[in-house]
Amino acid sequence: MNIIVCMKQVPDTAARIKIKGDGKGIETSGVSYVVNPYDEYAVEEALRLKEKAGGEVVVISLGPDRATEAIRTCLAMGADRGVHLKDPSFEDADPFVTAQLLAKALSGMDYDLILCGKQAVDDNACFVGPALAEGLGIPQATVITKLTLAEDAKSVTVEREVEGGREVLQLPLPALVTAQKGLNEPRYASLPGIMKAKKKEIKVMDAAAVGVSGDDVKQKIETVSLSPAPERTAGKIIPGEPSEAVKELVRLLKEEAKAL
Amino acid sequence: MDFQWTEEHRMIRDMVKKFTDQEVRPLAAEIDKKKELPQALIRKGADNGLTGIAIPEAYGGSGFGEIGYCIMMEELSHGCASFAITIAAHQSIGCMPILLDGTEEQKQQFLVPMAQGEKLGAFALTEPGAGSDASALRTTAVEDGDAFVINGSKIWITNGGIADVVILYAANDPAKGPRGGITAFIVPTDTPGFSVGTIEEKMGIRGSNTAELIFEEMRIPRSQVLGKVGEGFKNAMATLDYGRLGLGAAAVGASKEMLRLSITHANERKQFGRPLADQQIIQFYLAEMAARIYAMESMVYRTAAMADRGERFSRESAMVKYLCTEWQDWIVDKAMQVHGGMGYMTHMPIERFYRDSRINRIFEGTNEIQRIVIARDVLKKGEY
Ligand SMILES: Cc1cc2nc3c(=O)[nH]c(=O)nc-3n(C[C@H](O)[C@H](O)[C@H](O)COP(=O)(O)OP(=O)(O)OC[C@H]3O[C@@H](n4cnc5c(N)ncnc54)[C@H](O)[C@@H]3O)c2cc1C
Repeated sequence: MNIIVCMKQVPDTAARIKIKGDGKGIETSGVSYVVNPYDEYAVEEALRLKEKAGGEVVVISLGPDRATEAIRTCLAMGADRGVHLKDPSFEDADPFVTAQLLAKALSGMDYDLILCGKQAVDDNACFVGPALAEGLGIPQATVITKLTLAEDAKSVTVEREVEGGREVLQLPLPALVTAQKGLNEPRYASLPGIMKAKKKEIKVMDAAAVGVSGDDVKQKIETVSLSPAPERTAGKIIPGEPSEAVKELVRLLKEEAKAL
Repeated sequence: MDFQWTEEHRMIRDMVKKFTDQEVRPLAAEIDKKKELPQALIRKGADNGLTGIAIPEAYGGSGFGEIGYCIMMEELSHGCASFAITIAAHQSIGCMPILLDGTEEQKQQFLVPMAQGEKLGAFALTEPGAGSDASALRTTAVEDGDAFVINGSKIWITNGGIADVVILYAANDPAKGPRGGITAFIVPTDTPGFSVGTIEEKMGIRGSNTAELIFEEMRIPRSQVLGKVGEGFKNAMATLDYGRLGLGAAAVGASKEMLRLSITHANERKQFGRPLADQQIIQFYLAEMAARIYAMESMVYRTAAMADRGERFSRESAMVKYLCTEWQDWIVDKAMQVHGGMGYMTHMPIERFYRDSRINRIFEGTNEIQRIVIARDVLKKGEY
């Protein structure tokens, strides 16, 4: 069972994000980066499948130099080797270009299953997984919370959350799935794992190695502007006896907030 | 000189920080209240390698040496001192004596399962009549055929009541004292004649187990003598060099946590119509906390690097232990001051850090003893 996990390094969810002067990107100095939390579920699921069915887990990431550390973290969790798509021309890759580059890089590789996070928590595009499956021409299931490999290892059965219920799908392999919270409880990159990861291979692929140039990496999506979420205004405290206060609250909800 | 963290250092820190945030800090108040660590937490820590980070891979650890160990201690100490000290007593003074002087067989038999966290360690030197004057110990070890028969007791042994393996220092020849008269033994706690006495009630690190150990006609085979007969005191002192360095790292972590909480509080709490952080005296407290942390952190990692290069660092670890633990106490005190009455209440972690901090100036050699070590060195040299 050869499993590929696509992973993105994203700003730490606890980091305070500042928008850059040009309004089109974020200030990256002083920001610490982590493995995208949804990708951790993908790595964990891949490792569990490997523990059951054998084979290899390869983590692939597109990103600048610093992304090596995130790949190394996945290797410390137990993945076997890494592939780092890194080229100056990849720096501005939007989700569409990213999916195409990944598809190009993966087309020469041998895989039974590809796992992605359902979305990256930086741009929340939810785009790369589905677009990659399209690019490779393989079946896909998104936002899965359970995955079971068939006895003959020729298909997987997955569960997805849908509005008000649960959907069960069966996909012939090779296929691509995107992981949702609840799929599993990701393990830590243990300390012995960190030491072992130092000796694992991370193969770097630049534009030439991926086999792309010029137009292939041209952005299809242009960022017009970024703006911070509006600051939360202070709440309102309604003083007085509870029975009176509740009446006032209901009045405000009706008349001011128009929520009732 | 290169004072940069490497990728592996950052990965260790990220991992232990995550572990602390998710597994340790949420339990810390309850651990303090119940005066006990959940077995599952120790197990989970062991499964993730906390019990052997400094021990070489060949002996069941991860091989990150003292720098790795100090990063780990720092991060654990952001969450819970009781847990951090349990891991410290196990690894830094429980495993280290075997790593320093054990034979290959002893390392395979005892150190490997300890580093892997299957067996918990402890270090037993102190006795009722032998505290700062540790070499005055009275527990005796009498040779009898291919074994030593041990009688006596130890007090205040961290992990004593929960350990699987205790490193025990006993007098094989009381007349000779520290030079030739004290021997180290590896003692599995299921050895006949070994028993646990009083478990102490304490001011701080209440979740850390502090026990009296009693030895009655306890036979320890010669194969479990650690190092040479009569050279145990040297082993104990060399081990404490590592222990003291680790306490410095723990002080750095606890101090950073205090600064972090103090900054948050100073920004959020308003008096006289402004956040506390607008008051110059509060700013000065925060600034001095930060400046001391910088000095503490610098000395800890400089000394850890010396240890990893295989240099002697006895004097330096005494300096680290002394200054870092004094300043940790100063910093928790200022953190409480910044928090005001809120800091004194048990629903905030400040008072727990305040109580947990105080032990560090006492154990693994009091800070008076550290200064004796430092003074002896500079007086001998006549200069720094
Ligand atoms: C919670 C806890 C955990 C512990 N864990 C362990 C453990 O795991 N293993 C272990 O072996 N021990 C352990 N100890 C023992 C600890 O190391 C001793 O308490 C410590 O070494 C001091 O000894 P003492 O308490 O007998 O103090 P004393 O030696 O009686 O000292 C009392 C005071 O006199 C000062 N003093 C003593 N001699 C001198 C001198 N020559 N010059 C100047 N001042 C001096 C001391 O600095 C101190 O201020 C632990 C203790 C505690 C409280």
